[in-house]
Amino acid sequence: MIATTPEPAITELPTYNYAFLDELSKGAIRRAMLKAVAIPGYQVPFGSRELPIARGWGTGGLQLTLSLIGPGDVVKVIDQGADDSVNAVNIRRLVERTAPDVTTTTKTAEATIIQSRHRTPELPLRNDQLMIYQVPLPEPLRVIERREAETRRMHGEGDYSRMWVALYEDIVRNGKITRAAGYPVLVHGRHIMSPSPIPKWDLPRLHRAQNLSLFGAGREKRIYAIPPHTTVVPLAFEDYPFAVESFAGKRCAFCGSEDTFLVATPDAEGHSIYTCSDTAWCASQIEREEVSPS
Amino acid sequence: MSAVLTAPERANHTLEPVRGPGPTPSPVLEVRDLTKRYGPGCDQCLELTGPEHNRTTCPACGTVVACADVSFDLRPGRTLGIVGESGSGKTTVLRSLYGDIEPTSGSAVLHTPDAPGRDLFTLDPQDRRRVRNFEMGMVYQTPRQGLNFGISAGGNVAERLLAANWRQVTRIRNRASDLLDRMEIALDRMDDMPGTFSGGMQQRVQVAKALANGPLILLLDEMTSGLDVSVQAGVLDLIQEIQHEANIALIVVSHDLGVIRLLCERALVMKNGRVVERGITDQILEDPHHPYTQLLVSSVNS
Repeated sequence: MIATTPEPAITELPTYNYAFLDELSKGAIRRAMLKAVAIPGYQVPFGSRELPIARGWGTGGLQLTLSLIGPGDVVKVIDQGADDSVNAVNIRRLVERTAPDVTTTTKTAEATIIQSRHRTPELPLRNDQLMIYQVPLPEPLRVIERREAETRRMHGEGDYSRMWVALYEDIVRNGKITRAAGYPVLVHGRHIMSPSPIPKWDLPRLHRAQNLSLFGAGREKRIYAIPPHTTVVPLAFEDYPFAVESFAGKRCAFCGSEDTFLVATPDAEGHSIYTCSDTAWCASQIEREEVSPS
Repeated sequence: MSAVLTAPERANHTLEPVRGPGPTPSPVLEVRDLTKRYGPGCDQCLELTGPEHNRTTCPACGTVVACADVSFDLRPGRTLGIVGESGSGKTTVLRSLYGDIEPTSGSAVLHTPDAPGRDLFTLDPQDRRRVRNFEMGMVYQTPRQGLNFGISAGGNVAERLLAANWRQVTRIRNRASDLLDRMEIALDRMDDMPGTFSGGMQQRVQVAKALANGPLILLLDEMTSGLDVSVQAGVLDLIQEIQHEANIALIVVSHDLGVIRLLCERALVMKNGRVVERGITDQILEDPHHPYTQLLVSSVNS
């Protein structure tokens, strides 16, 4: 656990409600979430509230978290795989100070609610855990169509041929689909969805997952969801199949993991050092080795 | 070569339509009382507009009656011409059938081998789109309406195949190159942007795109008006060839009597949103009854 200086809970002041948002707002956001769960992959519009962080810094995910937490919940916040970035620390502190009976953690297995920016934890989630993603651009069709009315019509009619043409053109020009993060997926065989810019590596874990995944875009005012056990299929062609990033022959410099999403950092000599992107996973692997040295 | 056009592979539709030439094939499309109004509409709209008043705007309420009470049958392998001056409602009829605009009233019953007797105007949006992608093809007046200039010529054809759930790049490319080759587009231009093509080539890419899924009905909207005479003749030849190979029903909209005479057995003459004359094309041209048709024919012949 990362140490933070103890600060007084803001709820002691009469001006702040439990978990910052007022109850009516939380209710409205929860209703939008219910609709999102009922129509997997469909973007439900909602009235995005003001928060003490700027839009574009995770306000969508944070509104979902604040609307859902209650006494006894354990919150984990991930920022690009790490628990200790400024953004993650600040969001955890806001939760701690406005909801005093909610605790925070960095351990994936202990969390009941995990808010994340652009990564899915390496540890598979259970059905009693909630995954909340912060989403900058919820509309997967925006790259090919800038008119909102038109993208909504395309979703409504299931008219996705132009999305497929974009992938076809990519293959014709580059010999492969070059899209890496935010790779479009087809949810429940119906809606094309942007999985927030998580790497391709994380997509197989969304498919028929045990847990409920919720996506919140605060600036774009959209909520969508993948209910447990829902099919999530990355768009791909039969002769150009979907493939995750390859880290063949590379391993984490800290914990030695070979089957996780690795990030490269240059060392003093200019070589790349590969480490786990998921710091909680990395720490748990090191801990396990220390407990039972082989 | 003809296999390209007669045996389209359909991912969703396994039934191959039977398109044998019969004595009088039953209609593939029955259009009844197609009307499109722009504006609130009033009781007098239909009485105060039309060729006898020489206007389409209702003087009582200001509503534009783009077309009213247009009815016709379209049979497989046959060609229907719609001729008339600009603003007479020809394109409105065509675009209503294709689903670009929503008609005010009327019906258009489509008979396909796998689903007989569906009214296009009451279908739900998903089925409407399916009909538009599978059963129909449209060639617009200007290539910019029919082609996406941000993607390659091959990609434009591929879009229709992808809409029909083709999911193999190699097969898509084979089919697209067959179609483009048939339209006499050099294959080394397949991955070029349509913006780099000449006007005639762009129109031929449009035709290839419209034919990609082996449609029952092909709609041509003034497709030759921007082309010079020799290119026109080439494109029209190609279309006739394909029509006979695949037994496609054609609707040709044109203000050019020469195109109508060449392609169409039957024709409608429209003026101010109404059909003023209908029948066998040669009869209409030899013996026009309506004053407008007489004017039209005499102005071409003089």
